[in-house]
Amino acid sequence: MSGKKPDGRKLSRRDLFRVTGAAGAGLALGAGGHAALGRTAGAQDRAAADPAPQIVDFHGVHQAGIATAQQEHLHFAALDLVTEEVSEVRDLLRAWTEAAARMTRGETAGEENSSQFMPPDDTGEALGLSPARLTLTFGFGPSFFEKDGEDRFGLADRRPEALAPPPPLTGDVLDEGRSDGDLCVQACADDPQVAFHAVRNLVRISRGLAVVRWSQLGFGRTASTSKAQTTPRNLMGVKDGTNNIKAENEDLMDRFVWVPEGDGPSWMAGGTYLVARRIRMLIEVWDRVSLGEQEASIGRHKYSGAPIGKEDEFDPVDLEAKDGNGEPLIAPDAHVRLARQSEEEKILRRGYSFTDGFDAERGQLDAGLFFISFQRDPHKQFVPLQERLAANDRLNEYIRHTASALFACPPGARQGGYVGETLFASP
Amino acid sequence: MLVGALFALAVAGCGQPPPSNDSQSGGGGNGVASEEATGGETTAEETAAEETTTEETTAEGTVSEETTGAVAVGGSPELAAAADGYEEYVVEQVTLLEERTERFTDSVISGDVDEAKRLFGPTREPWERIEPIAAALGDYDPNIDAREGDVPDDEWRGFHRIEKALWVENTTEGQEEYARQLMEDVSNLREEVEGLELAPEDLVTGSVELLNEVSAGKITGEEDRYSHTDLYDINANVEGSEAAFEELKPEVAGEDLSLANEVEEGFDGVHEELDQYRKGDGWVSYEKLNEADRRALSQKVDALAEPLSRVGQVLEG
Repeated sequence: MSGKKPDGRKLSRRDLFRVTGAAGAGLALGAGGHAALGRTAGAQDRAAADPAPQIVDFHGVHQAGIATAQQEHLHFAALDLVTEEVSEVRDLLRAWTEAAARMTRGETAGEENSSQFMPPDDTGEALGLSPARLTLTFGFGPSFFEKDGEDRFGLADRRPEALAPPPPLTGDVLDEGRSDGDLCVQACADDPQVAFHAVRNLVRISRGLAVVRWSQLGFGRTASTSKAQTTPRNLMGVKDGTNNIKAENEDLMDRFVWVPEGDGPSWMAGGTYLVARRIRMLIEVWDRVSLGEQEASIGRHKYSGAPIGKEDEFDPVDLEAKDGNGEPLIAPDAHVRLARQSEEEKILRRGYSFTDGFDAERGQLDAGLFFISFQRDPHKQFVPLQERLAANDRLNEYIRHTASALFACPPGARQGGYVGETLFASP
Repeated sequence: MLVGALFALAVAGCGQPPPSNDSQSGGGGNGVASEEATGGETTAEETAAEETTTEETTAEGTVSEETTGAVAVGGSPELAAAADGYEEYVVEQVTLLEERTERFTDSVISGDVDEAKRLFGPTREPWERIEPIAAALGDYDPNIDAREGDVPDDEWRGFHRIEKALWVENTTEGQEEYARQLMEDVSNLREEVEGLELAPEDLVTGSVELLNEVSAGKITGEEDRYSHTDLYDINANVEGSEAAFEELKPEVAGEDLSLANEVEEGFDGVHEELDQYRKGDGWVSYEKLNEADRRALSQKVDALAEPLSRVGQVLEG
């Protein structure tokens, strides 16, 4: 590239946004001599209130987007590699790291070009928007290491045991085309367009080396991962996940989320495993269920979120409590009972509500929970938990698990390094 | 028919050269290019405006008026030579189109349904190789290549009108007039491209546009919806794109070798994907490709089109 930049200025979304913010809306800004950029009032107001927390550092011991207080919007993409060269995979991860770090700072994905004869390096839809606490979290799927019995990149012996594909789970009706993948990127932001922009540009960078296998948009977080956040409601209208691990509790994070040194291959130390499940809710069916049955299925009161028989959302769940007839207040098959039977299975939940419109076959809403959890070992945490739920959960009548994926998220990239670097370094 | 009207020839009024145009005798390319280089900047809006006013410009235009409207880019002799090379390619393809169309329309007029069906796919190949250029000249694209619904039904003619009769009704009856019109349209196109003057920018835009043709439309099988001969068109689009790139390649390689290699690998990838569907001298029916096959082909085309879209950097000069 000839790299002609008339004034050598780098275009930063954040800079623009400050400039336009100071001068008011509708200001045409001469970036590179020709750009006229607007701004988004919503993002503007949010950032004006408190600009600093709009940026989550991409680099660090752990990847961002896990312990980060959960953002409002998700764009998740799983990709399959089409290259057979391990060096090209490394190049891709380097390029992704560079672009990801830039975009999380509110900058364009690549250096700005103003050539009239080429497409712009950045697609542009996030210009003038706030960084929106964008985080980009990358992971490797089981098929990255081995596909159809083939050691694709000479890395099969580095596949952690914890990344073995989960066994078939009761009740799963999985769509293969929406499941699994060699690589994943989880984009979370408080502005859906910022998350979309990030995935779009990362996919564009990967063109020729990888193809999108599936992607999922999520709106509305369904979990709280920080004590500062309230518990949101899912599309069943209930608060589920009150007892989620909170990132401030470093002891729990270390015990249940982060992979410690000595736990499997050393390249995963500081990393974690991501489980994604597309859980479709049978919305029309659920909407015909009486309040009493809805509450009994969950084990919580719908409006307060309190455990059955309690007043407050954060009142402890008492699984032994009985009603006047000696029956358990929280039913034996209630979701909350089955979900918390073992302390060893704690997971960090970070899911989002989703909808993909109407299903043409039934004319019903295709919507539900895009469940995401992070854990130190999915086979010791998510799998036994889900097996128990799949066998007995009263909610099963109202949900279908339609897709599933597992990824190993390596530790965070160091400054000057790239995400996944430890995997490619000598053991 | 071209999916979008993105493409406007950078050289205004490139059709209908006046009789005195000495570029017809060849060798005038460099002189024209240097004139272009002094022609000043042309904005995108002006280029678009030229598209809509092509006929007027042509009607009243002289050579000098036409060439001063050109975008002042890529004035190097190498780029001018690339444009000359591609002009020859376009003429060659349209000449081939005329020959094949004659055989095809003869078979329609003589009522030979089987022969007409056999010739339909191959006849269209040279058209598909140069479609963006032809589409930028007058009404050739709607007249020759409109699909049903692209134009009002009483104006619908050309390849796809005949295609429908051949495959849906299995007859040539009533198609004789459409065949004669098609032959006439193609002959006029051939005459028109004889004096064609292209700018290097046309090669860059055209090569990407041919791939956009595939990925935005043809991949769904909409182009040849009755005959399912889409692979003839798709392969020809790719060949035409490659022909334009081949002309520019030395310049691209000089500027950015890795980009040139990336584009070459991209073409290799698309050819490899397509080759599995060859059958005899032609191609299998597009119906044989399931959703996954079509997606795999589409992704190969996208993987090629992305680096190809950066080739425009050579025009920076």
